[in-house]
Amino acid sequence: MTTTTELSATTLLRFATAGSVDDGKSTLVGRLLHDSKSVLADQLEAVEHASRSRGQETPDLALLTDGLRAEREQGITIDVAYRYFATPRRRFILADTPGHVQYTRNMVTGASTAELTVILVDARNGVVEQTRRHAAIAALLRVPHVVLAVNKMDLVDYQESVFAEIAEEFTAYATELGVPEVTAIPISALAGDNVVEPSATMDWYGGPTVLEHLETVPVSHDLAHCHARLPVQYVIRPQTAEHPDYRGYAGQIAAGTFRVGDPVTVLPSGRTTKVSGIDLLGKPVDVAWTPQSVTLLLEDDIDISRGDLIVPSKDAPATTQDIEATVCHVADQPLTVGHRVLLKHGTRTVKAIVKDIPSRLTLDDLSLHPHPGQLVANDIGRLKIRTAEPLPVDSYADSRRTGSFILIDPADGTTLTAGMVGESFAAPEPVKDEADDDGWDF
Amino acid sequence: MTTTVAKTEEGTASPYALSHLDALESEAVHIFREVAGEFERPVILFSGGKDSILMLHLALKAFAPAAIPFSLLHVDTGHNFAEVLEYRDRVVAAHGLRLHVASVQDYIDRGVLKERPDGTRNPLQTLPLTEKIQSERFDAVFGGGRRDEEKARAKERVFSLRDEFSQWDPRRQRPELWNLYNGRHAPGEHVRVFPLSNWTELDVWQYIAREGIELPEIYFAHEREVFQRGGMWLTAGEWGGPKDGETVEKRQIRYRTVGDMSCTGAVDSDAVTLEQVIAEIAASRLTERGATRADDKLSEAAMEDRKREGYF
Repeated sequence: MTTTTELSATTLLRFATAGSVDDGKSTLVGRLLHDSKSVLADQLEAVEHASRSRGQETPDLALLTDGLRAEREQGITIDVAYRYFATPRRRFILADTPGHVQYTRNMVTGASTAELTVILVDARNGVVEQTRRHAAIAALLRVPHVVLAVNKMDLVDYQESVFAEIAEEFTAYATELGVPEVTAIPISALAGDNVVEPSATMDWYGGPTVLEHLETVPVSHDLAHCHARLPVQYVIRPQTAEHPDYRGYAGQIAAGTFRVGDPVTVLPSGRTTKVSGIDLLGKPVDVAWTPQSVTLLLEDDIDISRGDLIVPSKDAPATTQDIEATVCHVADQPLTVGHRVLLKHGTRTVKAIVKDIPSRLTLDDLSLHPHPGQLVANDIGRLKIRTAEPLPVDSYADSRRTGSFILIDPADGTTLTAGMVGESFAAPEPVKDEADDDGWDF
Repeated sequence: MTTTVAKTEEGTASPYALSHLDALESEAVHIFREVAGEFERPVILFSGGKDSILMLHLALKAFAPAAIPFSLLHVDTGHNFAEVLEYRDRVVAAHGLRLHVASVQDYIDRGVLKERPDGTRNPLQTLPLTEKIQSERFDAVFGGGRRDEEKARAKERVFSLRDEFSQWDPRRQRPELWNLYNGRHAPGEHVRVFPLSNWTELDVWQYIAREGIELPEIYFAHEREVFQRGGMWLTAGEWGGPKDGETVEKRQIRYRTVGDMSCTGAVDSDAVTLEQVIAEIAASRLTERGATRADDKLSEAAMEDRKREGYF
C-alpha cells in the first residue's frame, strides 16, 4: 500500500445501481466497498456482530448497505442511499436504489444525477420484465453509460454461452431504446468474480472487471460542447467602498462553455450584452464550463435577477408556455388533468396547470395507454403543461440540466413529478462494430 | 474512504474534466447560492469543528466579493475545547459575522434540562437548537453533516425538511432530482441543508490542505493529559473526568472530530502537518465516528433516533 501526500486530482463518477435484492445487488455493492478496501474495521465489525446475532455464519455484506431501523426490521430498503468510495484512480458516488415495488421513482431519482447505471440480472433468469424496466428508465433518463452485470455466474457453472445469450438479448433491447453504450460483464458478487478482482474461473472473458470499468469509463463532458446555459441563482452586489459598482450574476453553468467576450442574451427579457468577465470563485478566468459554479460580469447594466437564464446570443432556446414532456410521478397523491402546480425549471419556479395526460407508459413492454386521466406514484407518462410565464426550456435529449423540471404541490410543497422535456426515447443508435466492444461481437 | 491518497490519472481526463474536489466545491457553492436565493433567514451551524469551518469557507467563496448573507449559530454544550472557542471568536470578528449562541449550560441552570449521569451533553443539544431556530425564525439551517459519516445519514437529503418540532421523518423526505432542490415549507417548518453531503472525511482534509484553511490546533498532534474510557482517550476536565479508577497520563494525540469534550475521543498520533494528517487518515482502518464518538456507539439506531428528534 502506498500513501503519497501529494494532492489528488482524480475525477468523480456518479453512478447508480438497479436490480432487486434477489439479484444480489446488496452483495454486489457490499463487495465493491469491501474489496476496494472502502469498508473500515469498525463498519465490518458491526456487520459481523449483526450477522452473528441473526445466526448467520459468514458476515452478510448486504448489511453494509442497510440504513434505517425500519428497513433492518423488515429486511427491505426504502429510498435512495448514497455511498462513497474511492480508488487511487477515481472517487465514486453511488446512488444505491432498492429493487422492490416503489423502485421506479427511486431509480429515476438515482439515475437523474448518474453518468452510469449498473443493471443487475440473475444469470439463471436472464432478461426479465424488471430488467426491461431498468433499461427503459436508464434510457428515459439518458444515462450515458449502461453496464449489464450478469450475476450468479457460479450458479450456471460459469458458462460463457449463458452469459453471451443474456448479453446479446439485453444489448439488442437497450439499443432499440437508444441507449448509447452497453458494457456486459459476467460476475459472481458472492464469490467475487469480476467485481474488483478478475475471475480465475471465467478465462473466456477478456473484458474489464466492474471496478476497472467504473475507473476508466470517460466521465461525460459532452455537456461542455453543447449549448451554453447559465441559470442565474443570485445577484452579487457588495456595494462596498472597495467594490462600489460590482454586479455579478452567480450560478452553476448547466451546460456548455462561456468565454469572456461572448455575446449573450438574457432570457426571458431578450436583452443582449457581452460577457466582460468570469469570476471562478474569486479567481478571474477567461473560460468556464459545466458544472463549474461561477459569477458572470456583463458589459451593460441590464436588469437581471434570480430565475433568468443567460445564453449565447447565437444559440438561444425558444421560450414557450406550453411544455410537452415525459414524466415520472413520484408522490403518493395522484396527478390529474386540471391540477394546478408549481413548476421548477433551473432557478425559476412558475405556476402551471396540467392540460393533458396524453398517455401512460408501461415499462414492461413499452405499451402506451391513451388518456389515463391521472398518474399515480411510480407511473411514467406523457404530460402537456401550460405555464403562467414563458420558459426557455431545452429538450432533455440535448441538456439534462435545462431540459428537466420538477412539479411541486403549491399547498404543502411536496415534490410531485419529475419531468423531461421532449421525446421519451432517443433514436436507436446504429449497432456498433465489434471493434468498439470489449471483444464481444453482438 | 480510501487506503491510498489518489494521484492524477492520465488518460481518463478530458480538458473539461474537473477534479473531484472542484466538482464537490462547485456543488456546495451551488447549494449555498440556492438557499440564499430561496430563503428569508438562513443560518450556518458553526461549532468551530473542521466541517463547519469548511462550510464557512465555501460560503465566503460563493458570495465573494460580497459578504455572506447568513449569520452563524453555535450550539454551545458548555464543554468546549478552549482552542475551538478562541478560533470561533476570531473567525467571527475577522469576517464581521453575526454569531448566535444557544447554550446547553443555560438550560441546565434554568432546570429545563438535566445533566446525564455520564456527563455527556451531545444529546442535550437538541432542545436549545430547536428553540433557537423557532425564536429566531430561521427557515434554513446549514449543517456540516456528510452522508458517509453514518448509516442513517446515507439516506439524508441535501434539503431535509423538518416540521415545527424540528423532527425528521424519513418518509416525508422529498426525492431530489437532478440539482433541482425543493425548499418549499410551511410557516414554522424549516429546512436543514447539508452542502457537504457528498464529501468524505478525506475529501474534507484534502480540500482544507489545498485551500490552506487554518484549523484549531487540536486537530494536530500535541501533548495532552488524557485518560481512557470506553476504549477512547478523553481529555481530563471539569466536565466529569477522570473518575475513580481512571488514570490520567500524558500522551501525544490529536482529534479527528471536535464535539463535546465528554464524548469526543482523541487518537494517538504524531501528525503535526496537514500532509501528515491526510496520510494518517488515508491509512486508517477506522471511520471517523467509529474512532472518536462515544455517543454514536450507544446503539445501532442511535443516530436515526436523534435525527428524528431534531438533532443535526
